[in-house]
Formats: sequence, structure tokens, C-alpha cells
Amino acid sequence: MKFFLESRRLILLAAGIYIVLKLLFSFGIVSEYIQQITIYVFIVVLAATGLNVIYGYTGQFSLGHAAFYGIGAYTSAYLVKTLGLDSVFALPATLLAGGIMAGLVACVIGIPILRLRDDFLGIATLGFGILVRVFFDNSDRISETLGGSRGFTGIVKLTNLEITFVVTVFLLIVTRNLISSRYGLFWRCIKDDETASASVGIDTTRMKLMAFSYGCFLAGVAGALYAHLYTFLHPSNFDFLRSIDFLIIVILGGMGNIAGTIWAGVLWVGFIEGLRIVLPSNVLDLRWVFIPLLLIMLMMWRPYGLMSKKKGNG
Amino acid sequence: MEHASYIISQVINGLQLGAVYALIALGYTMVYGILRLINFAHGDIFMLGAFFAYFLISRFGTPIYLVFFATMAMCALAGYFMEKIAYKPLRNAPRISLLITAVGVSLFLEYFCSLKAIFTPDYIGFPRPFEVSAWNFSLGGIDFSFTNVQVLIFAITFFTLALLYLLVYRTKQGTAMRAVSHDQETVALMGINIDHTVSLTFMVGAALAGVGGILYGIAYPQINVFMGIMPGIKSFIAAVLGGIGIIHGAVVGGLIVGVSEVIVSAFLSSTYRDGVIFVILLIVLLVKPSGLFGKRIDKV
Repeated sequence: MKFFLESRRLILLAAGIYIVLKLLFSFGIVSEYIQQITIYVFIVVLAATGLNVIYGYTGQFSLGHAAFYGIGAYTSAYLVKTLGLDSVFALPATLLAGGIMAGLVACVIGIPILRLRDDFLGIATLGFGILVRVFFDNSDRISETLGGSRGFTGIVKLTNLEITFVVTVFLLIVTRNLISSRYGLFWRCIKDDETASASVGIDTTRMKLMAFSYGCFLAGVAGALYAHLYTFLHPSNFDFLRSIDFLIIVILGGMGNIAGTIWAGVLWVGFIEGLRIVLPSNVLDLRWVFIPLLLIMLMMWRPYGLMSKKKGNG
Repeated sequence: MEHASYIISQVINGLQLGAVYALIALGYTMVYGILRLINFAHGDIFMLGAFFAYFLISRFGTPIYLVFFATMAMCALAGYFMEKIAYKPLRNAPRISLLITAVGVSLFLEYFCSLKAIFTPDYIGFPRPFEVSAWNFSLGGIDFSFTNVQVLIFAITFFTLALLYLLVYRTKQGTAMRAVSHDQETVALMGINIDHTVSLTFMVGAALAGVGGILYGIAYPQINVFMGIMPGIKSFIAAVLGGIGIIHGAVVGGLIVGVSEVIVSAFLSSTYRDGVIFVILLIVLLVKPSGLFGKRIDKV
């Protein structure tokens, strides 16, 4: 009960947004395609928040976030398909399973690799991302259902606005509270100075592992939502570029800033998909020429993120 | 003996691929040494090198030795402009912004080149400037063979490495490069122009990647605008494996990655070849975080 009381303003705000979206959706003002993109925005924001916990708050550089997103997606889709849980009511359980699976894998892989720092950790996680991609590509050798490099087909469409909205808002509030809790304080300490944190008695290894697993848990839940939204999974959905996508959102939003991540997620996905609608079809190829240019210009204009007050160099 | 000669021929094939990785890894390692930047666009310079060579050979019928010089010059120019336009304005920004910019440059090069008016997104056959022929050897009852492509790759790689060593360890510019990688501020006080040194590093790295691109085109004669992504990532892993910032480390790392990739494709399955590199990387990083040839650093 305390949870709801303390964050009542956020919940009210979220309810307001939900009502607006629901009205837009149910009166057919926006097309099916835009509805899907809107739900996708929530999913991306959730996964990017996971990376924000890992990198923005705890300072552990990860270039393999999409791997955990993929693990969540494949786990949930596999459970639903093999156990025949194709009702919306079973979805929270499989979402949780996807998230827990991603968190567990993160915990196991985190024990050795979180000893590394900065770019070395980045490369190790990047390598792990490749390994997971290889695993997905060969997954049909384990179970025919997973589809391997042909992709995982025939997933039941279960994700709708309500479940995505509730799950995302709930987890964002939990994350916010966690960040301002004792553990969040430890995480932020580790980001500022790991050696100093250890010297005042913070168990840095455990705290880093906890932040990493929690961030990957969020990615796993987001991935599970994604699987039941698009009903088709392909290993190439979870490659290095997707990890970079999340990283871009975290950086644009400003490191260690949840509101910033939400805005950046909306803007980034909105911009990428918006160009698809705005550009005439004969110059659609130019989309991915504009996007990187915009990214480079944004980085030069606001190297500390869009929401940061700090401008330019220095 | 049948088995032994198969293994040896696979190792030779692996060294052939590893030599290309080594050439790319050198550019990564030099740039990282100076700017602490993982230059993700480096793999795309490699792609540009292959395409420049393709156009020189198929459109203009340029002789092969000229192709090497012209491609190196063009790639160096591309590396120069890349650094001046995209990276220099961000020299004092947080390193992560620089990394995102590098990804931006990489995506831009890939998608700009894949436009119909530029290189098109299709696979293009690379024109081999000569016929492939093989020489057979027998040593102690084990048969093995070299193709002229392999001889060319080893010779060019060796020659380029020798030149690079001379540049880095025997010239003033090379000394400046090594000095900048140690301490930029002190070096600036000593009257060394950091901007020139960084530009030169990018140009040398890009030229090496260009050579790698030509050799890759000759050895695996199919090129595509996205061909630089995986070799780029693997070469960076190779550079980390050997110890980032160390020239011979990058070469050894490249060869290890190339050989293990080919061996795994030959004996297990080609779909596992990308995975094995990570396993090797993880083991090396855990045992020795600074890489095979890296010096002990307290804070990495």
C-alpha cells in the first residue's frame, strides 16, 4: 500500500497517459501500425532503463544488452508455445520467467566478467552478445521449436496496450525506488569511485552483480513483451546494433536519468519510425543515412545527453 | 598422415584469414592507444578499401601494385577526414559520446555506400587480378600446399608490418605517436603537435585496413558494403586479446582469432566459429585482463 501512496503522482500521470492512448487507439484515430509502434516504445524504454541501471547508475559498461533482451524473448515465447499458455492471464507469469531467465544468465556470466572494467567489460559483453547470437542461430539443434537461423515463428500475439503499460510503469517505479534506496546509493557510489566504495565497506562485487542482474531482468521482461508483440523472433533482432540502440537511448537521455531515458526512447523510436512515414518511398533508403548523421550532430551539440544542462565541450 | 596434412592446410587457411584480421586490428589498437576510442567505423574503412580496389581493377584495369598504393592513399584520406570531421570536435567530450559518434560514422558509411547510386547493397564479385594456383610440398611425409593467394597475403602483410615497425620505432613521428599514447598533456608541453599525430595515426590505421580490404577481396572474392562489421568486431577482439595498444599483440591476436575460427569451422561447424572467439577472449581477459602481451596495469 505504501508503494502506491508514495508514487501516487506518477501513477496518476501514468493513468492520464493511458487514458489518452486508449482513446486514440479505440476510436481508430491512429492506425494499427502506429499502435504497434507505441507499444514498442514502452518496451524499448523498459529495456533501456535496464541498461541505465547497469551503465548510467552503476557505471558498468555493457555492449551486449540486446543478448539479455533476446534471452527474455526466446524464453517467454518458448514457454508459451510448448506449454500452450496462450491466454493473456498467463502472460505475467511468462514475462516474469523471461525476466528471471535473463537475470539468472546475467548473474552467471556477471560473476566472471564484472571483474573487468570500462572498455574491457564492454568488449567482454559484446563478445557475450555474439555468443548468444550464435546460440540463437543454432537453437534448432536443441529444440526444433526455437527455429534457429530461420527464426522463431508462430508465437501467439498476447501483448496489448494494457499489459505493456502496467508492466512498464510498475517496473519503472520499482526501479526509481530502488535507485533511491540503500542499494541504489551503493550503485551510484560504485559508479563514482569503485575503490573508494570498497574502502568504506561496500561489497562492490555483490552490488555490481546485483545491478547487472536487475538491469538484465528488465531487459528480459521487455524482450518477452517484444516476442508477444511481433510474434516472430529472428537472431538478427538481437545483435550488436540493437545493443547500440539501447546505449544510444541511455546516452541521449543522459546517464543515470530515468525520465531522460523515457524521453530519449520516445524520441529515438519516434524519429526512426517517423522517417519511414514521412519520407516518400523512393528515398526511403536515405533513412539510415540521415539517422547516423543526426546522431553525430546530437553528440556534438549535447555530448552529455539531451536532458543535461551541460552544453558543448568540457 | 592424411589427417595431419588436413590440419596443416586448415592452419594455413586460418593464418591467411588471421593476417587480414591482424591488418585491421593494428588500426584499432593504434587508435585506441592514442584516443582510448573503440573506432567502430574502422571495419568500414576496410570495406571502403575493398571497394576502391574493386573499382580500380574492374573499371580502370589498374595493375595490382598500383592498386595497393592508390587504395592505401584513398583509405588514409578517408581516415583523415573521418577523424577531422567527426572525432576531433569531441576530443574533450565524455568518451562514451565519442564511441556513439564512432557507431554513427560506421552506420553512415555502411548505409551511404549501400545506396543504389554509390556501391549498391548487393554482393559483388571481386575480380582476382591473377589465376589461383597451388604449390605442393611434402615435409616428413606430410603433404601440404600453398596457393599463390596465400603467398601474396603473407608477403604483403609481412612487408606492411615491417614498414609499420620502422615508422613507429625508428622515426620521429612514430616516437611522437608512442609518446601521445602515454601522456597527452605532457607531450603537448614538449611541443609536439597532438592534432597532427592523431591524424597520422588514423591515416596509417586506415591505410592498413585498406590493404586488409584488398587482400580479403582477393582471398574471398565477394564484397558487400556490410562486409566490414564482423571482421571489424573480431579484429577489435583480436586487438584486446593481444593487449590493446601493443602492435605485435594485435598481430598475434589476429592470427589466433583467424586460426581458431577456421579450425572450428573445419572440425565442428561453421555456425560456431563466431562463438569460439568469445570463449577465447573471456579466458584471456580473466587470466590476464591486459591481454596476452599487455603490461600489468592496476586500473584498466
